[in-house]
Amino acid sequence: MKTTATLKKPIDLSFLKPKFLKEGGLKNSLFTIASILVFLGVWHLGATWLFNIEADRKIQKALTEQGTEAALKMEECIASGAVKCKPNTLPTPNQVLAGFNTLWLDHKVISADKKAFAQKTAKVNASREAKGLSPIAYTGRPSFVDQIGTSIKTVLAGVLLALLLAVPAGIVLGLSTRLKSSLNWIIQVFKPVSPVVWLLLVFMIVKTAISNADMDKSFIISFISVGLCSMWATLVNTSVGVSSVEKDYLNVASVLQLSTFKKVFKVILPASLPMIFTGLRITVSVAWMVLIAIELLAQSPGLGSFVWEEFQNGANDSNAKIIVAMFVIGFIGFALDRIMMYLQNAMSFK
Amino acid sequence: MSILSINNVSKSYGSGSSKVDVLKNINLEVENGEFLAIVGFSGSGKTTLMQMLAGLVQPDRGEIIFKGEKVTGPSAERGMIFQNYSLLPWLTVYENVALSVNAIYKDKSKVIKDRIIRESVEMVNLTPAINKKPKELSGGMRQRVSVARALAVDPELLLMDEPLSALDALTRGNLQDEILNIWSKNKRTAILITNDVDEGILMADRIIPLDPGPNATFGPEFKIDLERPRDKTAMNHDPRFKQIRNNIIEYLMDIGEGRKSTETEEFILPDLQPIIKGSSLKKVA
Repeated sequence: MKTTATLKKPIDLSFLKPKFLKEGGLKNSLFTIASILVFLGVWHLGATWLFNIEADRKIQKALTEQGTEAALKMEECIASGAVKCKPNTLPTPNQVLAGFNTLWLDHKVISADKKAFAQKTAKVNASREAKGLSPIAYTGRPSFVDQIGTSIKTVLAGVLLALLLAVPAGIVLGLSTRLKSSLNWIIQVFKPVSPVVWLLLVFMIVKTAISNADMDKSFIISFISVGLCSMWATLVNTSVGVSSVEKDYLNVASVLQLSTFKKVFKVILPASLPMIFTGLRITVSVAWMVLIAIELLAQSPGLGSFVWEEFQNGANDSNAKIIVAMFVIGFIGFALDRIMMYLQNAMSFK
Repeated sequence: MSILSINNVSKSYGSGSSKVDVLKNINLEVENGEFLAIVGFSGSGKTTLMQMLAGLVQPDRGEIIFKGEKVTGPSAERGMIFQNYSLLPWLTVYENVALSVNAIYKDKSKVIKDRIIRESVEMVNLTPAINKKPKELSGGMRQRVSVARALAVDPELLLMDEPLSALDALTRGNLQDEILNIWSKNKRTAILITNDVDEGILMADRIIPLDPGPNATFGPEFKIDLERPRDKTAMNHDPRFKQIRNNIIEYLMDIGEGRKSTETEEFILPDLQPIIKGSSLKKVA
């Protein structure tokens, strides 16, 4: 009876364990693998079918415009897989994999380039720093991995902004029914506004408000837009969570005569944490979704502008690279949601 | 001089046609150091009464005087044990007790506060579970935390709102003994609300039945002059215990019956006959 339970519980990391290692998981994961194979098969067949349609169209066009010889030449050219006459359509899984390899090699080249640049400028930069000047920065093209990093940085900044705006505002709205009902119109009117419009609004304001040319305006504009688009779920969930704290807990707080400050921070806020984190999970997934569109429009370096540039580029593997970006976006979104789910479960005390 | 007096208190909820008078003209005097039990049917306004004593709810009419002053809000001098424990689920046992100790003993040093918390937890025999969260505890253990939280700050009046009604019989018996044991050490005033007559007789000096609501009022009081400490098993054979128990139950049954009989209003049924297909009205008549 004397053994006080002071041992800290180990953090539950079982969610990281692959499914097939869990009990009865082998059978389930076989189905998952089968579904992936079916998906790839359907994709491959569909892409080949589209390729054939596009190729037929090209040959037909050559036939009607330039005659039989040109058509035969075109057919031969397409069969050889030459870049100049390649039909532009949905890439097959193989082509996407090749696109991924290209991007990875490209990243390696750029990283090596960066390293070399850093070594070359190390001395100069050290002396510049001693003089109080800003160091010479690498201004080369960002690699795909750099762009993923920028996107994640932007989305995290946006979510942080959403958290800083929505949680305090939600607490204030949740505590006062009068304030909630009188300010409800703001939530109802601005919640459904499209990310594109938010971007334009933020652009109008930031462009005028920040005159410093050294600042990364496109980054500021995109993360503020992401924050404003995604904060509504957290705002609504926080205010609902705060206003629906169990009466028992409030009774305890009044019997103990806690001050308003203590009542909010020791009772109301912890009691509504599960709701706040549910809201934050929605916020993160919305933020990641709107980020791509916003980066695309704001020309902020990141996955969104990568996709748009590849589309404009029209190189022979551009379409494959777009699909690679699509999968990367999907997997990162999945990972972010998993992290938020873990946090959400850790916060619930029921 | 009485520590607590309730003068002509009435309370109703709602307004207009949906207005429900819960309590009407309640009068009560509680002596210092007395253990008082209030027994009554569920729905008779016991919890409302308790919330008014705690200061969570204000009476519509009348007043509650505690130590010569009118009760206008909650106070640390009136500790409360809730029916559903009301522990904060995100805090450990230690932290739950600490919440009340830190709130009431603001000026005491950290070391002393820590000692008070640990002593209160020890008092209810929960030291092995001091770092556990409420969800890891059984119902009885949770209620003991609630008892520790209320008693840690040594309130002059302890209010218990059916503290044991959600527990099984064995746990209930243990906790009754524990609460009595703690109470007998410092003899603070205690008011227990319960729907169990045996529990009232075992624990209290005086039992007052609350007549069922709406418009609930107190019935005649029953003094329990059995000597303490009272032993549950021995008491079952004590003729005085049986006598008191029978009196109270008889009283409660009678008012229960009375409530039923006042509700039997006579309805005059309209003189109607069913129309049966294929048969004339005359035939039926």
